[in-house]
Amino acid sequence: MSQSRFTWLPKLLSRLAKSRLALSECPDAPRPALAYGVQAEDWGRLPVYLQEQGCRFAGLWAEVRDGRLAVLACVEKQGDYLVFETEVPIAKPELGSWSPVYPGANRLERHARDLLGLVFLNSPDARRWTRHQAWGEDEHPLRKDFPAEGHGSAPTPADAGYPFERVEGEAVYEIPVGPVHAGIIEPGHFRFHALGETVLNLEARLGYVHKGIEKLAEGRDGAGLLRLAARVSGDSAVAHAWAAAQALERTSGAEVPERGLMLRALLAERERIANHLGDIGAICNDVGFSFAHMQFGRLRELWLRRNAALFGHRLLFDTLVPGGVARNLDKDGVLALLADCRALRKEVTSLFPVLRDSQSLRDRLMGAGVLAKDQAQRLGCLGFVARASGIDYDLRRDHGYAPYERLSLEHPLHQAGDVAARVLQRAEEIYASLGAIRQLLDRLPHGPIAVSLKPPEPGTRGLGLVDGWRGEILSYVRFGEGGRVSRYFPRDPSWFNWPALEVLIHGNIVPDFPVCNKSINGSYAGVDL
Amino acid sequence: MAASLVAAAPLDAAAPLAMNAAGWLLALAQTALFVAAAPLFAGWIKRVKCWLQNRQPPPLAQGYRDLRRLFAKRVRLADQASVVFRIAPYLVFGATILAAAVTPFLSVNLPTAAITDAIALTGFFAFARFFLALAGMDIGTAFGGMGSSREMTLSALAEPAMLMALFTVAMVASSTNLATVITSIETQMVMTRPSLWFAAFGFLLVAVAETGRIPVDNPATHLELTMIHEAMILEYGGRHLGMLEWAAQLKLLVYAVLAINIFNPWGIAHEDSASALGLAIAAMAGKLLVLGIVLAVTETLQAKLRLFRVPVFLMLAFTLALGGMLSFIILEAG
Repeated sequence: MSQSRFTWLPKLLSRLAKSRLALSECPDAPRPALAYGVQAEDWGRLPVYLQEQGCRFAGLWAEVRDGRLAVLACVEKQGDYLVFETEVPIAKPELGSWSPVYPGANRLERHARDLLGLVFLNSPDARRWTRHQAWGEDEHPLRKDFPAEGHGSAPTPADAGYPFERVEGEAVYEIPVGPVHAGIIEPGHFRFHALGETVLNLEARLGYVHKGIEKLAEGRDGAGLLRLAARVSGDSAVAHAWAAAQALERTSGAEVPERGLMLRALLAERERIANHLGDIGAICNDVGFSFAHMQFGRLRELWLRRNAALFGHRLLFDTLVPGGVARNLDKDGVLALLADCRALRKEVTSLFPVLRDSQSLRDRLMGAGVLAKDQAQRLGCLGFVARASGIDYDLRRDHGYAPYERLSLEHPLHQAGDVAARVLQRAEEIYASLGAIRQLLDRLPHGPIAVSLKPPEPGTRGLGLVDGWRGEILSYVRFGEGGRVSRYFPRDPSWFNWPALEVLIHGNIVPDFPVCNKSINGSYAGVDL
Repeated sequence: MAASLVAAAPLDAAAPLAMNAAGWLLALAQTALFVAAAPLFAGWIKRVKCWLQNRQPPPLAQGYRDLRRLFAKRVRLADQASVVFRIAPYLVFGATILAAAVTPFLSVNLPTAAITDAIALTGFFAFARFFLALAGMDIGTAFGGMGSSREMTLSALAEPAMLMALFTVAMVASSTNLATVITSIETQMVMTRPSLWFAAFGFLLVAVAETGRIPVDNPATHLELTMIHEAMILEYGGRHLGMLEWAAQLKLLVYAVLAINIFNPWGIAHEDSASALGLAIAAMAGKLLVLGIVLAVTETLQAKLRLFRVPVFLMLAFTLALGGMLSFIILEAG
């Protein structure tokens, strides 16, 4: 970590001290973050000062610690991460909410409440979130007394009685959409209130693919953790596995060999390109422009086939192992990848002008689903969603992790915040990633691709911070006895991008929802966990 | 269908050629061919679109296979389905077949064409649309109601434009009878009549909207929220869905045949001889192939319009048709 890190911290600490907010620095901070303990009664007060000092909310989760519930929240400023933690007794697990200050905290708090039984006192929205009907209101699956296999195998009743927000008025009607959709997409329910065709209110109800990732992680070793992490959200297999691997490697103090790091970055950028290609095509398909859908689908397919040939899996599952990567790349592989990059660059360079010049496509995409910069900032949006709305944050540059600090990346940025800007942003990110892949392949050093790790000490913990194609992924891992995982929490960027959809759809018309949704493309699996 | 018309429709004096049984047989055969060819035409458009998108097209028989599959399947009805929901597919399919029966396809020398006119044809489609919209609302799902509401909104704009285009050609031919219109236009120089050009473009735009093609509606979409026609039939399955799909394909073919026969009728048979009919079949097949390519190319080049832009699109169609009528009155009449 360089010298210029945390330059803003003294000012924040003195501000907190002035407000009589007692902090205690934690010696076992999950690296690379610094951690401070806070009194439970001060918890609800803390975010006011953090926001005042320009800190971005980056995550909130909880864990069971010796009969107490520990709550952790992470904020970021200038690429440096700070974790605050507090503990409450399990018998009276109450503390203040961060949601009034940071709206992005709301769903994370509700998730923590449903899974661990925390009560956030002054939360503006305390409805259940992850819990549907699979367990009762008084049961908390992440507590140690809840069996991992659950209670019995009776079919879970359908989720009924969720108190959706209501909009009343003459001619206002409700459209329930999903969770089962007419296309092959993930399950999620969207409740529209519309007046004519204009959307008055949209509320998403997710949680249909809750798999108990956090519970399943408990007791796994490093390799098992990475296998699980790759399955948090199948389209971000590399990014999630990398984030978990970072957390693991930081706790065991391992240095991943240079070649292993470069190959990880190569896989991550390949994942980014594959998703961007697929989504740009899908966005065009949502407005009935199937030419582009087919062309981008073809390019993505070729890209995925190369993944399968060289790395053993189309979606790059299980390509990362603790300490490095699973498969090496030989000389022919490097040449093939370079040829792929050249071919793809040529193809997209002939395709993007078609999209740009299509009058009817522009008509549909420009001005649709506008997310203003201040809205994106308020919600803490990440990745291309934020960058298309003018928020210039890229973890690879601003936080800087190996091997990206040695590459020179392009960082496209757009201001308009509409669907067209998000498409353009992603198109330009494809070029940036192609440039990154080229540099990685040119500089690929010789040497081992992985090191063996010694199991982490009990009680150690680490943070993983990786820029997935959706944006910053934050993974918290804590280890228990025998180097086994005792807590794993992956915070997918979708936690903050999903709420943006509910905001940007306002004033748009109902038939424009699919394209707006696709332009955000939040992960259902990644937040249902 | 044609047989039931014999009893129902009084034959007027203006239809002297419709008296014999052979004429009715021919009308029946032509209608059967019309209905049978509908999936083929839809399949042809799909095939050209696939080619334009560098895809392997499904076989041309796929449309028939899909229909066979749907007709073989059991019908599942929603608990709330009323009788309207159950009879709507029959009414829609029936009305569309009637519309096909009265449309001169290969020959103008038809009893069915003689006893009805363009307004009756529009009426058949309006009848079908009415029951389809009712059926969309019948189950009470949000999508069905949404589709019905959109369909009615658009039809309120599409039908006047459609009638205006037909009135223009009716004024040119001094008749609303389609057989007379076609015969009349065939003998005139279409190229020299601006009114017919206007009417033709107006008619084509309306036809795109009425048959639910891009840029107005997307027949291939899976997105419930963007659908118009598909939203209304979302709850249907089995033979009900088969009939509705077939009706939609038939409607597309009827509009294509109307566009061809009104504005470009050369080759159509005027007598019931084998050679005339053979030529008519060949000419019609060739023209449908070309029209299918034109449709597929325009659909490939464009994205779907934003829903609120569709009225503008239909307004353009109406204005073109109106322009056709005005140019007839100002430039050509008298």
